[in-house]
Amino acid sequence: MLRYANPARFMQLSGTLVPWLGGVSLAALAAGLYLGFAAPPDYQQGDTVRVMFIHVPAAWIAMMAYGLMALASLIGLVQRHPLADVAAKAAAPLGALFTALGLITGSLWWRPMWGTWWVWDGRLTSFLLLLFLYLGYIALWNAIEDETRAARAAAILALVGAVNLPIIEFSVDWWTTLHQGESILRKGGPLIASVYLWPLALMALGYTLLFFTLWLLRIRTEIMTRRARNLMLAGET
Amino acid sequence: MNGFWAMGDYAAYVWPAYGISAIGLLVAAVLVLRAHARAKAALAKLGVKP
Repeated sequence: MLRYANPARFMQLSGTLVPWLGGVSLAALAAGLYLGFAAPPDYQQGDTVRVMFIHVPAAWIAMMAYGLMALASLIGLVQRHPLADVAAKAAAPLGALFTALGLITGSLWWRPMWGTWWVWDGRLTSFLLLLFLYLGYIALWNAIEDETRAARAAAILALVGAVNLPIIEFSVDWWTTLHQGESILRKGGPLIASVYLWPLALMALGYTLLFFTLWLLRIRTEIMTRRARNLMLAGET
Repeated sequence: MNGFWAMGDYAAYVWPAYGISAIGLLVAAVLVLRAHARAKAALAKLGVKP
């Protein structure tokens, strides 16, 4: 892993990867959308079941992005590797976007099913907290001028906030909730019919690759911006 | 509105969910690509190939 943590190697590798990741992502999303709308309405949920194909992937990515951000933060803190700090910083706005999409699509899905736009239960509340953690992390980066110090402070926040991830994951088991329990990645196989599992898997793949495409692009942008700034500073003196 | 677009009378929930997701992801992709192109151009102006 750390072999590629050299910015020059990273630029080379990511430059090759991005078009492929982006292309496969678009193909998966197109296939997922087609299958998602071709599937029959659910016998209980009717056509609202189609919201699942965008709600579940958004929520997954929201949590995965936070996990990656926390991991990069840890590497940044321990190894003092600037690329790790950049990677963590670049993930945050994307994570916040997927979290917001997870919350909005969730609300639109459960309004007709549960009869309410919002409940303060374990899953929804901890997921809203995830959004605030992302926003706090971004605000902290912007509040501290010195980049090294900002990276360290933000990394600590990211790591402390990581305790929220298992809370989100297990909230549906620990507390009484309207939100359904784990029905896909469970022991004994998924609980949902394959006619829904396929579009869901394709959309999840599309969302995942889209996240990685945008993440790599944001890391590249930050590396290039810092390099340009350093060159300008070097030219001035 | 009937058939497909009616979404079994759930159109008011299904389509906004897809619309907001599409807009959110599209805007994010455009912003990310634009910032990337801008950074690349700034480096090129300094005479560096990224």
